[in-house]
Amino acid sequence: MSTKQQERSNLIGLTKVDYNGGPSTLCQGCGHNSIANQIIQVAYELSIRPQELIKLSGIGCSSKSPAYFLGQSFGFNSLHGRMPSIGTGAFVANRNLRAIGVSGDGDTGSIGMGQFKHVVRRNTRMVYIVENNGVYGLTKGQFSATADEGQVLKYAGENEFPPVDICLEAIIAGAGFVARSFSGDAKQVRELLKAALSFNGTAVLDIISPCVAFNNQDTSTKSYSYGKEHETPLHDFGWVPPSEEIVIDEYEPGTMKVVEMPDGSYIQLRKLDEDYDPTDKLGALHRLQWAQQNHEFITGLVYYNPHRPNLAEVGKLVDTPLAYLPAEKLRPPKEKLDEIMAELM
Amino acid sequence: MGVLEAAPEDVAVRKRPSPVNDFSMVVATVNGTGSQTANLALLRAFFKMGIPVNGKNIFPSNIQGLPTWYHIRVSHEGYVARRHTSEILVAFNQTTVHEDIQNLPEGGVCIYNADWRSIPQRDDITYYAVPVNQFVRDTGMKGKLRDYIANMVYVGAVAFLLDIPIEKIDEALHHHFNGRRKLVDSNMSVVRAAYDWSAANLEKQDPYRVEPMDATAGQILITGNDAAALGAVFGGVTVTAWYPITPSTSLVDALNTYLPQLRTDPETGKATYAVVQAEDELSAIGMLLGAGWAGARAMTATSGPGISLMAEFTGLGYFAEIPAVIWDIQRVGPSTGLPTRTGQGDILFTYYLGHGDTQNVVLLPATVKECFEFGSTSFDLAEQLQTPVFVLSDLDLGMNNWMSEPFTYPAEPLQRGKVLSADEVQEKGFARYKDIDGDGIPYRTIPGNEHPKAAWFARGTGHNANAVYSERPEDWVSNMARLAHKFETARELVPSPVLDEAADAEFGILAYGTTQFAIDEARNRLAAEGIKSSFMRLRALPINQDVRDFIARHKRVYVIELNRDGQMHKILQTEVPALATKLVSLAHLDGMPLTARWVVEAILEKREAVNGDR
Ligand SMILES: Cc1ncc(C[n+]2csc(CCOP(=O)(O)OP(=O)(O)O)c2C)c(N)n1
Ligand code: SF4
Ligand SMILES: [Mg+2]
Repeated sequence: MSTKQQERSNLIGLTKVDYNGGPSTLCQGCGHNSIANQIIQVAYELSIRPQELIKLSGIGCSSKSPAYFLGQSFGFNSLHGRMPSIGTGAFVANRNLRAIGVSGDGDTGSIGMGQFKHVVRRNTRMVYIVENNGVYGLTKGQFSATADEGQVLKYAGENEFPPVDICLEAIIAGAGFVARSFSGDAKQVRELLKAALSFNGTAVLDIISPCVAFNNQDTSTKSYSYGKEHETPLHDFGWVPPSEEIVIDEYEPGTMKVVEMPDGSYIQLRKLDEDYDPTDKLGALHRLQWAQQNHEFITGLVYYNPHRPNLAEVGKLVDTPLAYLPAEKLRPPKEKLDEIMAELM
Repeated sequence: MGVLEAAPEDVAVRKRPSPVNDFSMVVATVNGTGSQTANLALLRAFFKMGIPVNGKNIFPSNIQGLPTWYHIRVSHEGYVARRHTSEILVAFNQTTVHEDIQNLPEGGVCIYNADWRSIPQRDDITYYAVPVNQFVRDTGMKGKLRDYIANMVYVGAVAFLLDIPIEKIDEALHHHFNGRRKLVDSNMSVVRAAYDWSAANLEKQDPYRVEPMDATAGQILITGNDAAALGAVFGGVTVTAWYPITPSTSLVDALNTYLPQLRTDPETGKATYAVVQAEDELSAIGMLLGAGWAGARAMTATSGPGISLMAEFTGLGYFAEIPAVIWDIQRVGPSTGLPTRTGQGDILFTYYLGHGDTQNVVLLPATVKECFEFGSTSFDLAEQLQTPVFVLSDLDLGMNNWMSEPFTYPAEPLQRGKVLSADEVQEKGFARYKDIDGDGIPYRTIPGNEHPKAAWFARGTGHNANAVYSERPEDWVSNMARLAHKFETARELVPSPVLDEAADAEFGILAYGTTQFAIDEARNRLAAEGIKSSFMRLRALPINQDVRDFIARHKRVYVIELNRDGQMHKILQTEVPALATKLVSLAHLDGMPLTARWVVEAILEKREAVNGDR
C-alpha cells in the first residue's frame, strides 16, 4: 500500500470512496446533494462501519438521496411520510443498528407529520434529517407546510398559511436532540451530524436545503419561466437551469449571515450564541418562536436532553438484536405449552 | 315423499329427539353489567359436565347500556354452529324483553326478573320468575355491583332448572377467577342463594335439562384470538405493532399476557420480543416492514378499517419482498359497519390489496386449533415467500370460546427462508432479486450482515435483479413475471384444503373459515334426507390443484360465505374460468354467524331452481 493510500484510509481501513453511493440523479446544485456529501464525509471521518448503519427515507427528492451515499450500508426507501415507522420497526428488530433517516419538508411536515411526532415521542434511535426546501421538489413546486407565509412561487401562487416549524414540533413532541443548519454550511452540518450520530434517541436535524429548480421569479435568469422561454424544444418539460450549489463562508457564533436563495430571495441565518443554553426547553421554544417572528433561522444545536430512555430501553429488550436471536430463544419448550393446555381444560 | 319434493322447511326445521343435552339458550342482558362472567360460568359448567358446548356473544358497539345477547348451544351431537332459535331465554333486559319473548319457539322457556311489572304473556311457553332485587338487597351491595350480582342470580336459577350440579359452577368460576377463592366464594354465595331459592319455590315444568357426558374430556376451551396469540408466541414472534380495534384487540391482549410469561429471557430477565402500540394501522404495518426487513418475525392484528389503512404498505411489502404477518379479525363493513358483528367481507380486498399488480397470500383458519397453527406457520410462509401474509379470522372465531383438542407442539423447526449469511454471500455472491432456484423466490440478506457486498437497497421503485433503480421496460417485466411465478410457488406451500368427499355426492360445497360448522350440520341434515354432498374447506389463497380438481369432478359447486357479494365465488371464477359456470354463489351477511338452517334452505332453494339436472 502506498503512503498516499494509507493517508486516505480511516481507522478501520476504509477510504472515503468506500462510503460513496450511486451517482446522484438530483438537480445539479440541489442542497440535498451537499447534505449527502457531508454524510459521506462524516461517516468516513468517524470510521463508521457501513454494516452497522442503515439508511432510511420516505419519498421525495430528498428521500432519494440515501441511494447516493454509503453504498455498503443497507437502505430502505419507503413510502411518502412513512420513514419513521420503518425506522421504528428496524430499531426494535435490531437495536444495534445506527440509522440515518432522510426526509423532506413535505414528507415530514405534511403527510408524515403524525409519524414524525410519534417517532420522536417514542425516542426511536435514529438521526432524522429533514432536508427542508419549503417546496415539494419531486412533484414540481407546490408549497410545503414549511413555506413562509406570504411567499410567492410561480407555480403555487402566494402561500396563505403559517409555516410549520420542524424544530418546534420536535421539541414539543419530546425530542432530546434538535438542531438546525443550512446545507451550504458544510462544517456546521458535519458537526451536527457527528453529534447526532452519537445520540441515544431520535436526533432531529432540520437542514435548510434550497431547491434550485423551482426558482420561479419571472425576472430571474435562473427562473423556470426564463428557462422555458429560452429552452431548446427537445427538452420540453423537465428543463432545469444548471446552477451553482449555494455555499457560505464560516460565520461566528452570535452573528448573522444573509444568504441569497435560488429564487432571489434572502434568508437570514443566526448562529446561536456560545452562551446559549440548549438544555433549557422553554428557552429553546422561546428562541425559535422569536426567530420565526423576525424571519430568521437560528442554526446550531437548539435543544438537547440526553436523559430520556430510547424505545429499546423502555421495552427492556435483550441485548442481542431480536432479529438475531437463535430459535431456542424464540420458541418456548413443549412443557410450557402442555402446562397452558392443562389450564384450559 | 321423495327428497326432492320435500318443502325446504321440512328439512330445515330440525326434528328434536330429546330435550336432554340438546338445546340453545340465550341470555339477554344490558351491555356493561358484567354478564360476561355469568355467561362464561354457565358455558364452562356445561363443558366441565362433559357436554359439547359453544357460546357466542352477540354484543353491541357500546361500552354500557345497549342490549347484548349471549347464545349458548348445548349439543350431545357436538354441533357448535349458531342455532336460528333458542328454546331457553334468560330475560334480564327489560328493553328487549318483548322481542326476546316473541322469538321463543313454541314450548320455549322464559326465566325473567320477577320485579318487572309486566312482561308479554304467551300461553305456549313456560315462565319462571326470579325475584332478583331480593337477592341483590340481601348481599348488601351498592351501585354498579348490584347489576353484576343480578347476573349471578340467573346463574343459580338456570343451574337449578337445567340440573347443572352447583359444584360445576364453582369449578367454572374457579377457572374464571384464576383460583382466587375470595372472588369465587362471594359470587358463589349469590349463585347458591338463588339456586336454593329456586329449588324451594320453582316447579320445573319444561323438559330441558342437562346430563353429564364424557364428550369433552381432554378438551380445552379457548377463543381464537387467544389461540392465535399462543401460536405466535410459539412461532417466535419478535415484533408486534398494532392499533386497537374490535375484534382484534384481544389477540394483542393475549400476546401481552403470554409473552412476558413465556418469552422473558431467563438469564437476563429481559424481553425477547417487542410490542409497540402504534399511532395508527398505517404506522403499525410500517413497523412490521421495517422489522421484517431487519430480520424479525413481525405481526399485527387488526380488522377491516385497519386493513384499509395498510393498503399502500402492503403493496410495498409485496414488491420489495418483505415478510410480515397481518391478522385480520373480520367484522362487518363497509366503513365502521357493524363493528361488533361477524363476517367474511375482507377476502377480496386482502387477496389483491395494493395498487398495481398485487397478489397476497391469505390464510383462512376455521378453528381455534388452526388459529394456533397458523399463528406460527404464517411466519414460516411470510419468511419463505418473503411477502406479507394475511390471516383472516373473524369475530365469531376470534372472540368466542370454542372446544378443541389440545394444541400440539410444532413438529417442524422455524422455517426462516432463504437468508444468506456473510459466508454464504462470500461463497455464492448475492443478487437480491435474482431467481437462482427457479421458484421465483430470491435470496435475501438482513442488516447486520458483515459482508461488504451483502447490503441492498429496499425500494418501492422499479428495480433490477440487484435492487438498483431501473425504469427499463424489460427489467420491470422480468421482475413482475418472477413475482407472479413466486405466487405460483406459494400455491404449493400454503395449507392445503380439507376435503370430506361423499362417494355419490350430488354436488360439492366450497367454503372457508367458521361457516364450516353450519355447513357440517347442514350436510348431515341433508344427508339424512338422502341429499349427499362433498365438502372442500379452503384453508388458504392462492388455491392449489386440489381445488381445481374438486370443482372439475362435481357437476355443481356451491360456494358458501358470509358476505353479500360472494367474494370467494368471484375469486374462484377468475382462478378457474373454464369451470366458472359450475360455481354457484350462496352468500349471506346479516352480522350473525351462519346457521345450518340457512345453509339447508339456501341449497334447497338453489337446487330447486336449477333442478333440471337431477
Ligand atoms: C401517498 C403519496 N402521495 C403523493 C405522492 C407524491 N409525492 C412524491 S414526493 C412528494 C412531495 C415531496 O416533497 P418533500 O418531502 O418536501 O421532498 P423534496 O422533493 O422537496 O425534497 C409528493 C407529494 C406520493 N409519492 N405518495
Ligand atoms: S427539484 Fe429541487 S429538490 Fe428536487 S432535486 Fe431538483 S433542486 Fe433538489
Ligand atoms: Mg421539500
